[in-house]
Amino acid sequence: MKSFLPIVIVVAALAAVPLVVQSNVVLNFLIVALMIALAGQGWNILGGYGGQYSFGHAAFFGTGAYTTAILQVHYGVNAWLGFLAGVVAGSAVGGVIGGLAFRAGLRSSYFALVTLAFAEVLRIFASVAPITGAGVGLLIKLDLHPQAFQFRSRAIFYLIILALVAVSLIIAQALERSRFGVWLVAVRENEDAAMALGVNATAIKIAAMVISAAVTAAAGCFYVQYFLFVDAPIGYGAWISIEALLTPIIGGAGTVFGALVGALVVKSIGEGAKFLTGDIPGLDLMTFGAVLVLVIAFAPRGLVGTLIDAREALARRFVSSRKIAEGTARG
Amino acid sequence: MADPLLSVEDVSRGFGGLMAVNGASLSASTRRITALIGPNGAGKTTLFSIISGFLKPSAGRVLYDGINVTGEPPYRLARRGIARTFQIVQPFAGLSVRDNILVGAHLRHPRRPAAQISAEAVGHEVGLGHLLHRPASTLTVAGRKRLELARALATEPRLLLLDEVLAGLNPSEINDIVPVIRGLSGRGIAIVMIEHVMHAVMSLAEQVFVLAEGRVIAQGSPAQVAGDQHVIEAYLGHGAAAKLGGANAL
Repeated sequence: MKSFLPIVIVVAALAAVPLVVQSNVVLNFLIVALMIALAGQGWNILGGYGGQYSFGHAAFFGTGAYTTAILQVHYGVNAWLGFLAGVVAGSAVGGVIGGLAFRAGLRSSYFALVTLAFAEVLRIFASVAPITGAGVGLLIKLDLHPQAFQFRSRAIFYLIILALVAVSLIIAQALERSRFGVWLVAVRENEDAAMALGVNATAIKIAAMVISAAVTAAAGCFYVQYFLFVDAPIGYGAWISIEALLTPIIGGAGTVFGALVGALVVKSIGEGAKFLTGDIPGLDLMTFGAVLVLVIAFAPRGLVGTLIDAREALARRFVSSRKIAEGTARG
Repeated sequence: MADPLLSVEDVSRGFGGLMAVNGASLSASTRRITALIGPNGAGKTTLFSIISGFLKPSAGRVLYDGINVTGEPPYRLARRGIARTFQIVQPFAGLSVRDNILVGAHLRHPRRPAAQISAEAVGHEVGLGHLLHRPASTLTVAGRKRLELARALATEPRLLLLDEVLAGLNPSEINDIVPVIRGLSGRGIAIVMIEHVMHAVMSLAEQVFVLAEGRVIAQGSPAQVAGDQHVIEAYLGHGAAAKLGGANAL
């Protein structure tokens, strides 16, 4: 249980923010950042721990968002049930794409391209199909009641997305300490060696993709409840695929807090750039690109990964200097 | 002699027009070290890949513990108790030595604490005890070979396939690891080793199979095999045995 302590501390600190800050601008910023952190944590489970770089996590984000919206708009289903259904639908799509791609033995860039293709197919489908509102998109009726998953106060939305992020952090931490997680990392490091040690690599990757898709789909479900709108460029657009992979890579792929740190940093830089220069369109994307280049050049394991490496190197130096000291004492 | 744990029967595998393994048969038994030797390109590693499930044979079959396991995937064979090391070492470079071994230990120990205890014990057994916390990428060649061995052992195999675990080691490193291998055999593991280091083969193996051009050209005790004319010719070229014989006669 000790290993979950950092999560408790971080989540408690973030939960205290609405007590101090009432500004809607700040809360809105944090809500969006946490939503991206959640989408990124989904990517991190498959990409960071499993080494399978998806370029199409929009497929899961969009499926979550559309499922939640369609069930409410067309079938009058309760929003909370719609949310759950969106997560389930997203993970099902993950299972199908993962099953097809991994059984076909697609690796690295081929896998990335196939996930991108699936997301694009879904985007095109959503932009023409009547059930998704085609080009117009879907608007959820305003109904500011908790049972409709709509709240007057942004602080409540903030606490809900924070709770979802907390769950995603716990999933990653539990993963690191489980056999499934150890085997997933082994597949990332060397698939043949893992198989020789009894790891069914294909099954592990498909399972990781299902979990990964469920987490990213939850971000999509939240998006649609918060903005009450989704259309094809939002739900299945490349923007979310990019942000879902950018945040954990910058923050530290394959680490528990990577996606969260990455999302906060990336979003702060994006907003900061807009604030300093006025609203030049596309400037935030350019800054993301520059940050990505810098991180890959100077901290390829991401911000959190670099910190962990530094701590481990320090610990090793401490151990070896103590050994030397003991040696001289004995001598 | 009891039934062999492993028997490979007339296995063949070609790549394009080349028959890498061509009707090869061999067997291995518990508590015995079996060596597989032969010149470069004889098909030794291909045969290992067939036994461990990484390649499917085009003909023949592999029996393990009396069961036909031909063509089963590697992870299922590992669960049955067949472990292999790789000639070109394949460490999980981003992980510590301990976590490398843990991957194998988890096969028999689903729960983390038990797997960690088992992994550390195996690490100490192969002489990596003082390096457990180190990243695998910082190990020397000898250390990496030991790590290959440790990971395979952590799966608690009944049949261990060692692909040149001594290659690239200096004599003192070889002398360190030979007793480890002998100890494993004494513990009841059937070992098949591909090896070029002949004095190690001579001192360790009870049974030797010689592979050349995909076929088993000789088998027997190390002494029998070393004196076999076909073996000398396979290594030194056609007619070499006769010339050597002539030289001895002078």
